[in-house]
Amino acid sequence: MAHEETVYEALDHAHGGEGQWAFGTGFDEPLAGVDTTVPEGIDPADLGAYCLMLGDDALVLCQRLTQWVTNAPELEEEVALANCGLDLLGQARLLLARAGSVGVLGRSRERATASIPDEDALAYFRDPDEFRHSGLVEAPNGDFGQTVVRLLAASAWRLALLTRLRESRDPVLAAIAAKGVPELTYHRDHAARWVLRLGDGTPESHRRTQAGVDAVWPLLADLFTATDVETRLTAAGVAADPAELVDEVRDVLTLVLERATLTVPEWPTPQPSRGRAGEHSAEFTALLTELQSTAREHPAATW
Amino acid sequence: MAETVTDPELPMLTLADLGVLRDVRDEDGTVVVEITPTYSGCPAMGVMRADLVHALHRAGFADVDVRTVLSPAWSTDWISAAGRSKLAAGGIAPPGDAPVRRSGPVPLQLGPSRRTATCPQCGSPDTEEISEFSGTACKAMRRCRVCREPFEHLKEI
Repeated sequence: MAHEETVYEALDHAHGGEGQWAFGTGFDEPLAGVDTTVPEGIDPADLGAYCLMLGDDALVLCQRLTQWVTNAPELEEEVALANCGLDLLGQARLLLARAGSVGVLGRSRERATASIPDEDALAYFRDPDEFRHSGLVEAPNGDFGQTVVRLLAASAWRLALLTRLRESRDPVLAAIAAKGVPELTYHRDHAARWVLRLGDGTPESHRRTQAGVDAVWPLLADLFTATDVETRLTAAGVAADPAELVDEVRDVLTLVLERATLTVPEWPTPQPSRGRAGEHSAEFTALLTELQSTAREHPAATW
Repeated sequence: MAETVTDPELPMLTLADLGVLRDVRDEDGTVVVEITPTYSGCPAMGVMRADLVHALHRAGFADVDVRTVLSPAWSTDWISAAGRSKLAAGGIAPPGDAPVRRSGPVPLQLGPSRRTATCPQCGSPDTEEISEFSGTACKAMRRCRVCREPFEHLKEI
């Protein structure tokens, strides 16, 4: 056995030595060795659709957060937002890999070459209308005040959900959720401290953060109405009913906003999510085009 | 042999010190190695996997299967005493006790973090947090009020 001299050669050798797809994460199969058998009584198509929703939420919010890299108000904050994004990207990979493991791949597999792992095929080779994230995560960042308000809302919601999914009857989903909980705890606390600092800061920071709250609040309407998939999976003990998350999320957000001397807008009336049905804004198409551009231009590139 | 493989980001630690290496066993002539990711997005997992396969191949084990274990989720409490000493010697403050994992809602932490850490340069406990996020997902940035040196702290999870 030759002694590989570089990390790349070692990685390449350990993974078959035939070159790796250039844009993905193929060196590390996130579910390698994990038992992906679906427990009895759970519809694999529903499970996959649900993992896509939660994986897309994480992937799209990650992409929004990374737009702050090179633009954040201070270097430490750039690192912080990138770290939150990295955690979310990891959650997205695991969830999209789980969707792929039960065969939920949409049209992505027809477009991606066979060597591209499922989670990368899902991220890079679906069209906008195949994404299932909520409207909250795809909205443009706005200014930094609006960004931390959205991060607070999104992480409070996701944390409330994942704490419940630790008890999911799908052991893979339960494990992914259990890993995500401590990560999201850091994100939520970080965002909450920024909202306090800016809301209870200067008149200008207060004004801009309040404008961020007013822009983000209507988007919360998207989060709390179950899709048919969620209703069936909640009954099967796999998912959590989004309607059950309202009180916890509202309490957390209200507490932070009041401490930050911000005005809490009226809670929006929950609506069926258009994002979960694949209806997205033009801003999302632009975001996704950027995310996918290089991979789609060179779909078979290896390194 | 698997125990000697080091972490790509924290090279002073072995994967065993870090608590990432969960099991090594023989299954009909194949060496099965189980590892668990630290954070969901830890980009070092692929390198860990390759390093393990490489080290075991070099040691003469032809068939190696590195498997991921997701549950129970990794905790900094799994870092060994030896690992903690090596971290401190390498300039990174080791973590304190991880927060207790409860089944209900996670309480909000609005004030400054209550974490403490001893300066790995001068040993003073009088240190402050600069940011909960640092160069890797697993570390926070701190500064010592006595010797004024900044340092990293492996944060509790």
